Amino acid sequence: MSARRLRRRMVSGLMTGLVAALSFTAVLALVLIVGHLIAKGASSLDGNFFTKNPVPAGESGGGVANAIVGTGIVVGLAGLLGLPVGIGTGLYLAEYGSGRLGWIVRFVADVLNGTPSIVVGIFAWTWLVKPMGHFSALAGSVALAVLMVPMIARTTEEMVRLVPHSLREAALALGYPRWRTSLRIVARTALAGIVTGCLVGVARVAGETAPLLFTALGNLNYSTHINHPMQTLSLQIYTYATGPFEDWHRLAWAAALVLMGLVLMLALAARWAIRQRHGAAR
Amino acid sequence: MAPPADPRVPLEASRLTALFGRRAVVKDVSVTFPVRTVTAVIGPSGCGKSTFLRCLNRMHELSEGGWVTGKVLLDGHDIYEPDVDAVRLRRRIGMVFQRPTPFPTMSIYDNVAAGLRVNGRRNRSELDDVVERSLRHAALWDEVKDRLRTSALSLSGGQQQRLCVARALAPEPEVLLLDEPTASLDPAGTQRIEELCHELKTRYTIVIVTHNLQQAARVSDYTGFFYLGELVEIGRTEALFTKPAKEQTEAYITGRFG
Repeated sequence: MSARRLRRRMVSGLMTGLVAALSFTAVLALVLIVGHLIAKGASSLDGNFFTKNPVPAGESGGGVANAIVGTGIVVGLAGLLGLPVGIGTGLYLAEYGSGRLGWIVRFVADVLNGTPSIVVGIFAWTWLVKPMGHFSALAGSVALAVLMVPMIARTTEEMVRLVPHSLREAALALGYPRWRTSLRIVARTALAGIVTGCLVGVARVAGETAPLLFTALGNLNYSTHINHPMQTLSLQIYTYATGPFEDWHRLAWAAALVLMGLVLMLALAARWAIRQRHGAAR
Repeated sequence: MAPPADPRVPLEASRLTALFGRRAVVKDVSVTFPVRTVTAVIGPSGCGKSTFLRCLNRMHELSEGGWVTGKVLLDGHDIYEPDVDAVRLRRRIGMVFQRPTPFPTMSIYDNVAAGLRVNGRRNRSELDDVVERSLRHAALWDEVKDRLRTSALSLSGGQQQRLCVARALAPEPEVLLLDEPTASLDPAGTQRIEELCHELKTRYTIVIVTHNLQQAARVSDYTGFFYLGELVEIGRTEALFTKPAKEQTEAYITGRFG
């Protein structure tokens, strides 16, 4: 083997090793977090955890059923509010947003995307909690929806832009009005991508805590009134982890594990949707 | 409706100029397309032949900065009159593009029925009839009749293109515009489409844009040669290919440029 070839092989091996080590470091963080969560939280995951509500401080036992239901309601309502607006905005940007207004909307969405979530929470507090006079799940949902909209809008826009122009032309040449082309042909073709974007968006806000601190507030009791304060998993973790009781810490670990699992499931669903899309597009 | 002035002339361009912004890409073209004939439009790349075709069903105006002056008469009526609804007009003129463009989310059946459904025709048995007839006319029926509900993307490229022909035929247009329909097909697929042209001209007026001179000679009754946005010459296909009147035409068809 010539010296040159040897050298080339060595450099190649070195670089491959380096890249592998770096990738390992990145994955290691996730493995450590998940591993730690399982180690600390898995033992507390029993029937009570999922079905019982919190018990008064100091007593042992109890669960976080209120927080699980609350997360479902707050995040679900946020999706109900945010997804249509986000998808609509994304469609508009992709199909009609070439002008000045489109540029402005895109710019606002990007700024909003970079806004710290706690700032959005403060605004929800100013505009909803203060005028209404009390904390509410609804205010929390609105804050999460506001966080969701720019994310969903930009992903939807990108997904819709991926639809080949020739498909649009084919529909228009067939006598489709422009709005029907957008909805029936373009949006349907991009549907799997849009769904993926929505799932990722929902997953991201599901773990948000800061904007909920002064909107949904949290609630140690079971509540399904969207007009009242409501507990969510993220708020429960915050309260319990910073509390003084050993039992609370235990439940906080378990709640964190459940929240992580929820986000992971949404991410997996998104992956699955992507696979469907690639399956459909030849 | 009043009968057209000359029933033998359903489609006619008159002093048609097509522009992108201030740049004219089709310049002052006047031409008539006799009914139930195939007219081929040939010319080097960028000569404006595709843009010209897109003016005939008002697709050009959908391109960024696209607009036209002059007239296009369909059955004696100018399609660029302000009271003409471009969307409805396009239902009377079918178009097939360079690359097959089946709607990927729809089945074979739904692809063919799309043009009818958008027109508000939803009667099930009527749709069944039209879908079968259109697929037969496009010479695809025998290959797909057992799998009408499967995705249109399961078809081969050539089959997809014939599906697009069927889709264009389903609303029963008066005119069929083909924009290099065989550009992405293999020889067998190309041959099928060319045979189709011969069969379809018994019912439709066809305008076909092509890069392929042999194809123009094979399928068309008339051939027009475009160069730099101008219609240099148009005439019966045999005449144009054997005794072109203009030197530019001769230079192009003998392969001296383009």
